[in-house]
Amino acid sequence: MPELAERMLAHPFLAGFEPDDVERLAAVSVGPIEWPAEAIVARTGAVADRCYLVERGDLAVEVQRPGRPPRVIQTVNDGEVLGWSWLVEPYRWSFDVRSLTPTTAIELDGPALRAAMEADPSLGYRIVTRFTAVMAGRLEATRLQLLDVYGTRD
Amino acid sequence: MALATESTVDPMVPVPTTIVDRWDETDDTFSLSLAPPPGYGFEPGQFNMLYAFGVGEVAISVSGDPASHGRLVHTVRGVGSVTKRLRDLVPGDVIGVRGPFGNAWPVTAAEGGDLVVVAGGIGLAPLRPAILHALAHRDRYDRVVLLYGTRTPRDLLYADLLSEWRGRFDMEVLVTVDNASQEWRGSVGVVTKLIGRAPFDPKAATVLVCGPEVMMRFCGRELRRRGVPTDRIWLSMERNMQCAIGVCGHCQFGPVFVCRDGPVFRYDDLEDLLEIREV
Repeated sequence: MPELAERMLAHPFLAGFEPDDVERLAAVSVGPIEWPAEAIVARTGAVADRCYLVERGDLAVEVQRPGRPPRVIQTVNDGEVLGWSWLVEPYRWSFDVRSLTPTTAIELDGPALRAAMEADPSLGYRIVTRFTAVMAGRLEATRLQLLDVYGTRD
Repeated sequence: MALATESTVDPMVPVPTTIVDRWDETDDTFSLSLAPPPGYGFEPGQFNMLYAFGVGEVAISVSGDPASHGRLVHTVRGVGSVTKRLRDLVPGDVIGVRGPFGNAWPVTAAEGGDLVVVAGGIGLAPLRPAILHALAHRDRYDRVVLLYGTRTPRDLLYADLLSEWRGRFDMEVLVTVDNASQEWRGSVGVVTKLIGRAPFDPKAATVLVCGPEVMMRFCGRELRRRGVPTDRIWLSMERNMQCAIGVCGHCQFGPVFVCRDGPVFRYDDLEDLLEIREV
């Protein structure tokens, strides 16, 4: 198995995937990518044609607020996946993303991945299921944040 | 009711106790250091009833070091009439103390495995004695892990102590906040997210959880997902405790009284109750 596919197979996001599937995903991978600290990884509104399997490092997902400082609404860390806007029309990033620490990831080509999923709906289903679990977890986390559970009792 | 010592002849009679020191922890939270009555002792997880004369009583967990017999520390959030009165007191003032009441964190039963502490907001206060106990007997545990979540970086409780703990080589400390400005370099997200990242053996860990009830409910689910047996997860519950000896019924939680049967409960004893809104 090529080195890149081995690295992808070791990533928690792809845990349980068959090696053949991972090799097909490796084929639509752009390859490993590294960011120094404070690098801009994504910009709100920009075309979202990438997603990233974060191997090591910390990324801040930020929301811009006109006239006010940006807020960090989430961090993405080792073993997590960054970006699902490549999967949902209109394929634009919803937030800014900035690296907090030197970060290593594997970069996937969104349009190529969508094409691979169209060509093999079975593979597409497995990938969508994985992303749905990530989305559900983040939705639950966001709801907890909205509850402001550490605030005073109302 | 488990009493570490018989500190009062009658558990309903407050003992006048002098405030030795007080300091702010965060914008709305402060700590009181009291001169404990002779012979007073407590176990990690127990609470006292603090009486602000003329205003009322409130149940507050002991947050200090169980090995420090010379001072009795409570960390309080000033949000109600009693706690706001306590906030305004100064060294030399006297309050009434009843206790200690309630059961304790299972720090002895946890020996031999990993000890994982999950705290949310001021929930770190009742857990601090357990952490201090574990660090004082460090050789009795494998990994000692603290997962702490709070609202913003400004709301971090015991910030200096957290820094000290993070600097140790024999303890893992992961901190997250619900939201932050760009100056914050740490994790942003709910504390449940830390559970999946934390280095511990789920099959050999004892997990102590304290925080808002909603947080504990989701932590329980996440710990179960991680593979921690439900009989090794412990929660500290908060209810309206008034008598502290299981008589008045104000703190009833389904079939139990939190003051008498808790405040520390095994997760699998409460799991179903946590989902019932009428409780």
